[in-house]
Order: sequence, then C-alpha cells, then structure tokens
Amino acid sequence: MEKLFTMKKGVKNAIMIAGGLTVGFANGFFGGGGGMLCVPLLDKALGEKTKISHATAMLIILPISIASAVTYVVNGYFDLRITLFTGIGVIVGGIIGALLLKKLDSGVVGIIFALLMVAAGIKQAFF
Amino acid sequence: MIFVYIIAGIAGGLIGGMGMGGGTLLIPLLTIFCGVEQHIAQAVNLIAFVPMSIVAIIIHAKNHLIKGAYFPWIAIPATVVGIAASFLARNLDGKILGKCFGFFLIALGIYQLICAIVAMVKNKKEKGER
Repeated sequence: MEKLFTMKKGVKNAIMIAGGLTVGFANGFFGGGGGMLCVPLLDKALGEKTKISHATAMLIILPISIASAVTYVVNGYFDLRITLFTGIGVIVGGIIGALLLKKLDSGVVGIIFALLMVAAGIKQAFF
Repeated sequence: MIFVYIIAGIAGGLIGGMGMGGGTLLIPLLTIFCGVEQHIAQAVNLIAFVPMSIVAIIIHAKNHLIKGAYFPWIAIPATVVGIAASFLARNLDGKILGKCFGFFLIALGIYQLICAIVAMVKNKKEKGER
C-alpha cells in the first residue's frame, strides 16, 4: 500500500504499461494465463494488497479475454459443443472452488496445482 | 465425451474459483485428456471463464476489492497486444503452439510452486510466533 504512494508516478505508469503488454501477449497468444501474470504485477511489482490484486486482476483480464475470444472465433477457432459443456463445468467448479476456499488449506492445493502445471507443461512441451 | 468436457470444466473452474489460474489448467486438460486441438482449447478457455468472471467481479466490486485506477493503464495496452497476439497464434501450427504453451506452463508452474512454498513457510512461522 505505502509502496503505491512512494513510488514515482512515471515509474509506476511505466511498470503498469509494460506489465499490461506482457499480460496481454500471454493471454492472447496462449488463450489464458494472463491472470496468473497480472496478480504478481499488482501485488509484487506495484505493492498492492493480495486480495485487491486478485479481484482487480479479474477485471483487467475480462476485456482482454473477450477481445481475444472474438479474434479466435473470427479466425475460425470455435467449437460450440466443447465450449458449452466445458463452460457449464467451469461455472459448477467455480462455485465449488469459491466455497472450498474457506475450508481447504490453500497452501497444499497450491503446491498440488503447481506440480500438475509443471507435469502438464512437460507433457505438452516434450511429448 | 460430453461428461469428459464437463469434468474438465469443473476441474478448471474449481482452481479458478479458488483464485488460482484455472484456465492454465483447463487448456492442458482439454488437449491432453480430450484430444482437443490447441487453438480450439485456447478459444474454449477464453470464452468459458467469461460468465464466471463477470459474477466474481460483481461480488468483488460489492466487497470493495476492485481498484479501478489500475484498469486503464494495464487493460488498454494489454487488450491491444492481446488482439495482435491472437492473430499471431492463428498463423502458428497447433502442435508448435502447444509446445510453446508447454514451456509457458512449466515457467508458471515453477513460479506458482515457489509462491506456494514461501506462503506455507510464512504461515507456519506466524503460527509458531502466536
């Protein structure tokens, strides 16, 4: 919080724009992952509180995702069936996840999730 | 197959709902387990999280957790580059894009792992001091 006010305005603006360019590239090129970059941009680089960083990142990602989604669809990358059923799953999972967040030890879940990501990444990159 | 898509969605939504990158998990679930083409999986992910995000944003806004001051500075350059990057991805072969995505996942996963471990150690220390 204090960091936000002590940081020079020009420096802060430059960090926000450079961060925005990185977040936008990742989200458009990979179709996701922008949020995972936007949160550390807000809390680590700009010194924002963690909760506010998570919430604000969602708002920032929304227009990027919509614009990128439109581009993908216009370019012919769209499958209604998969999108519909996966979308239903995401809503159900999202509600469960939000409820579980209060009960589960998010540290353990975070580690499992990170290991899953690395494993999936190795599979995608090398096999 | 319908159920596999729903289950993949639930898994991605679950992680997303917990405030971690659900989309980064949903894409490999779709490509690895459902055999979905990389571009399609990315498009599905972009669209599938929109309704959930809107609901979450409304709740966060009511709880005063959203700071609008960041929005124009980050979202405007991000959206412009995001559209350009989407066009760049169009011209890439799905297999090559998938490999690039794999490296992106490895980097994000390692970062996430470090963060989770640091948070855990911090939590334990705070509990010990109490």
